[in-house]
Amino acid sequence: MSDWMWIVAAVVFVVVGPLVGCLLAGIDRKISARMQNRVGPPIRQPLYDVRKFLAKEQVTPNLVQDFYVMCFLLFTIVTGALFFGGMDLLLVIFTLTLSETFLVLAAYSSGSVYSQIGAQRELYVAMAYEPIILLMAICYYLEFGSFAVSDIVESGEMAFVPLLGVFVAFLFGLTMKLRKSPFDLSLSHHAHQDIVRGMATEFSGRTYASLEIAHWYESVMLLGMMVLFFLNGSWTGVVLGVVVAVLAWILEIWIDNGFARMKWQTALKSGWVVGLILGVGNVAVLLLI
Amino acid sequence: MHYDASSCNGCDIEVLACLTPVYDVERFGVINTGDPKQADIFLVTGAVNDQNKEVVKQLYDQMPEPKVVVAVGICACSGGIFKDCYNILGGVDQVIPVDVYVPGCAARPEAIIDGVVKGLDVLEQKRLRLQQEKEGSK
Ligand code: SF4
Repeated sequence: MSDWMWIVAAVVFVVVGPLVGCLLAGIDRKISARMQNRVGPPIRQPLYDVRKFLAKEQVTPNLVQDFYVMCFLLFTIVTGALFFGGMDLLLVIFTLTLSETFLVLAAYSSGSVYSQIGAQRELYVAMAYEPIILLMAICYYLEFGSFAVSDIVESGEMAFVPLLGVFVAFLFGLTMKLRKSPFDLSLSHHAHQDIVRGMATEFSGRTYASLEIAHWYESVMLLGMMVLFFLNGSWTGVVLGVVVAVLAWILEIWIDNGFARMKWQTALKSGWVVGLILGVGNVAVLLLI
Repeated sequence: MHYDASSCNGCDIEVLACLTPVYDVERFGVINTGDPKQADIFLVTGAVNDQNKEVVKQLYDQMPEPKVVVAVGICACSGGIFKDCYNILGGVDQVIPVDVYVPGCAARPEAIIDGVVKGLDVLEQKRLRLQQEKEGSK
């Protein structure tokens, strides 16, 4: 692919990303409802919700909070654009961490204990999945000799088989990154969990809407990372990748509905155990072969 | 959002019944949240007493405009059978403005859902009015 194709891909992500993300969120709510034997909301409900939040009055405890949440949205978009633009995988990962940091800062900036506990927990969870993502980047480097997403795609080889270990670990980390139960300790989408809305307790109106939109971008980008495992230079890889990504999404919804929230210690331990065994194992295998 | 002022719990259980597969109020896009800052509709069950009057007021004040209050159950509407108690102030409308009254003891889930959906209409009207005010002040 030539340079301009990558730029087009990045622009397509920025424009189409939220639409796909919104659709995914709607499907999530519908499937969750069906799993609980309910009819569930219309698929477009997340869109209605965000429109409603945009029209609502803005109540903020302080000015910096809104600024931080805007930064979170901005850097989430930048992360996705870098990824779909074929840039360095390490750069993508660190920008992702940066966006995360802004969200945590926003939660810390308010005086509410709920959002502060949420922020603290978000940091624990970040600590749990960060190694998995880093090991993924290392494995890509060992296999393809480059961190750049464009090189990985243009190599024309499917990364799935040699990177099977990190793929499974990434699938595990996805539950944490998407803040799904049992790892939704910092911010739950369901009412009546222990700390109300966690990090988002003090977010209202426009701020909450931007948080939602950032989540849409985030889900699309993470599923994009999933697709990357399957690209093999032809269309079959893309189709296979998308199918697996959709299956992974449904699996996440199932896990979300089937498990109760865990303690952060469990999240951290399981994240590191899975990450280390599968991730480091994969690195070892790649080094030995 | 749902808050239990001095209700006998009868109405609370009916409110929760609205979320179950049989009634499923999420069909209308409604979810039960614990966070007043993201809530639009404030469901109050039970009459208000001296002790929780401040709590009800504070929850109401924390909700951003436009917002709607739905009083669920006859206690929340007027005080009901607890009306003459020494500690009861009366219906929820003694403390905060109420938009929709859902009578019944306990209010049936169908009636609650009906009240919530009526509340959505009121919410829409309030939103339009707020928008007009905003444009007017420009
Ligand atoms: S209306 Fe009846 S069921 Fe509801 S809180 Fe009052 S006494 Fe209880």
